[in-house]
Amino acid sequence: MQRYSALGLLTQGLRHHENWQRVWRNPTPKKHYDVIVVGGGGHGLATAYYLAKLHGVTNVAVVEKGYLGGGNTGRNTTIVRSNYLWDEAAHLYEHAMKLWEGLSQDLNYNVMFSQRGVLNLGHTLQDMRDIQRRVNANRLNGIDSEALDTQQVQELVPIMDCSPNTRYPILGASWQPRAGVARHDAVAWGYARAADALGVDLLQQTEVTDLIVEQGTVKGVSTARYGDLYAERVGCVVAGNSGVLAKMAGFNLPLESHPLQALVSEPIKPILDTVVMSNHVHGYVSQSDKGDLVIGAGIDSYNGYGQRGSFPTIEHTLQAIVELFPIFSRVRMNRQWGGIVDTCPDACPIISKTPVQNLFFNCGWGTGGFKATTGSGHVFAASLAKGEMHPLAEPFSMFRFHTGALVDEHGAAGVAH
Amino acid sequence: MLHIHCPHCGEHREEDEFHYKGQAHIARPLDPESCTDEQWGEYLYFRDNPRGLHREVWFHSAGCRKFFNVVRDTQTYEIHESYLIGTQPAGRGTPDGDSTEVQAS
Repeated sequence: MQRYSALGLLTQGLRHHENWQRVWRNPTPKKHYDVIVVGGGGHGLATAYYLAKLHGVTNVAVVEKGYLGGGNTGRNTTIVRSNYLWDEAAHLYEHAMKLWEGLSQDLNYNVMFSQRGVLNLGHTLQDMRDIQRRVNANRLNGIDSEALDTQQVQELVPIMDCSPNTRYPILGASWQPRAGVARHDAVAWGYARAADALGVDLLQQTEVTDLIVEQGTVKGVSTARYGDLYAERVGCVVAGNSGVLAKMAGFNLPLESHPLQALVSEPIKPILDTVVMSNHVHGYVSQSDKGDLVIGAGIDSYNGYGQRGSFPTIEHTLQAIVELFPIFSRVRMNRQWGGIVDTCPDACPIISKTPVQNLFFNCGWGTGGFKATTGSGHVFAASLAKGEMHPLAEPFSMFRFHTGALVDEHGAAGVAH
Repeated sequence: MLHIHCPHCGEHREEDEFHYKGQAHIARPLDPESCTDEQWGEYLYFRDNPRGLHREVWFHSAGCRKFFNVVRDTQTYEIHESYLIGTQPAGRGTPDGDSTEVQAS
């Protein structure tokens, strides 16, 4: 692999950028792999990378029906944070946060991880009590988190309307300084390039049409393009389509797929240097390095697989943003799109063994999967390599919906995803 | 914007007026105490989540405030029909490959 460096950029620049090496190969698949990862989004590519790098499992294929990073990895609002309430979730997301912090160096690819801090606003007394509780829980878990009052919030974001005259006055916020944003495409490309360099086969435009299951054990996958591919273990990381794949293997998952939309404005000069999220008026916004405001909100209430969102949801989102930032009221929106998120009843992921032997699922990240890309890939790779779940992944078994041991982030954390 | 026909009001209205209430025809176990953890978990949390036709409950929250069922395609978002709770869809209500008997709820 050609290493990227300032000197390399200069040298290639002098040659009119005509001699860059291809970022990854376009391989012909083998008939047999140690591990097949279904799904070439951020989580799947990270899984393949850590399998090859940390566990020496290099006979790996990533099977992707479209192109790499073309699903929710390329559709989210790129927020990275770890201020979750419950221990199980906090440990997992903080594990991911620590990997984010060295990711660009690790991959030799600039993922533009910018630790500009995330504010979670509180607008009611109950919001403030929940924030206090969450901040305390975070600190006990070694996560940087502070509770701010209105004045401190105003100092951080001078353009926000923190006056008492708004419909939902801002009473304070939780603040995680280490949180921030990263460039989502670069994360997928960086992992893909690094995984490819370690020998992982990235098979694009290869849709899995069936899972080959014999006597309760998975043997491989059937694909439309290359026929049957065999593997010792199969890991499915297919977000919104997890339910469809689970049905192929003959079991159900407690997931429902919903459209989640985001939008970006026209590029404007730097005006917002942090990430602002509000669960109460329900919207979140940050400014990308290009200058466009990146805005998101909640899911469409109904199930759907069409990668587009409904108008009432987007209208509600922009109402919230304009309520917080009256200065944005005349900014024009450039693009709007939707992704399909697989939501769990408890808003926590499923990283789990399944009723089928040697078949593993990593799904149910719902609206908050991007921030966990690193940690999710890391623990899932460990689980696929050993055949036993990584300790951080154990609480997220799919069987928790039978035992009742849910990780109820949805109800208690008061966090917008 | 979905235009949903409320069978109680007899009118098509915009989706703003409605709340989605999830999959329809989920029968509560008649004797919950005798359920195993698996059966009770399935009842509480496991849903069909089909890519295609989906029978679902909607609530006319800003209208007549009554519940009814809808058959909708989760890929095209086309609504095939609305029908009263306790009745069966007239047309293509059963998703492909799903041959299970629909229980009225």
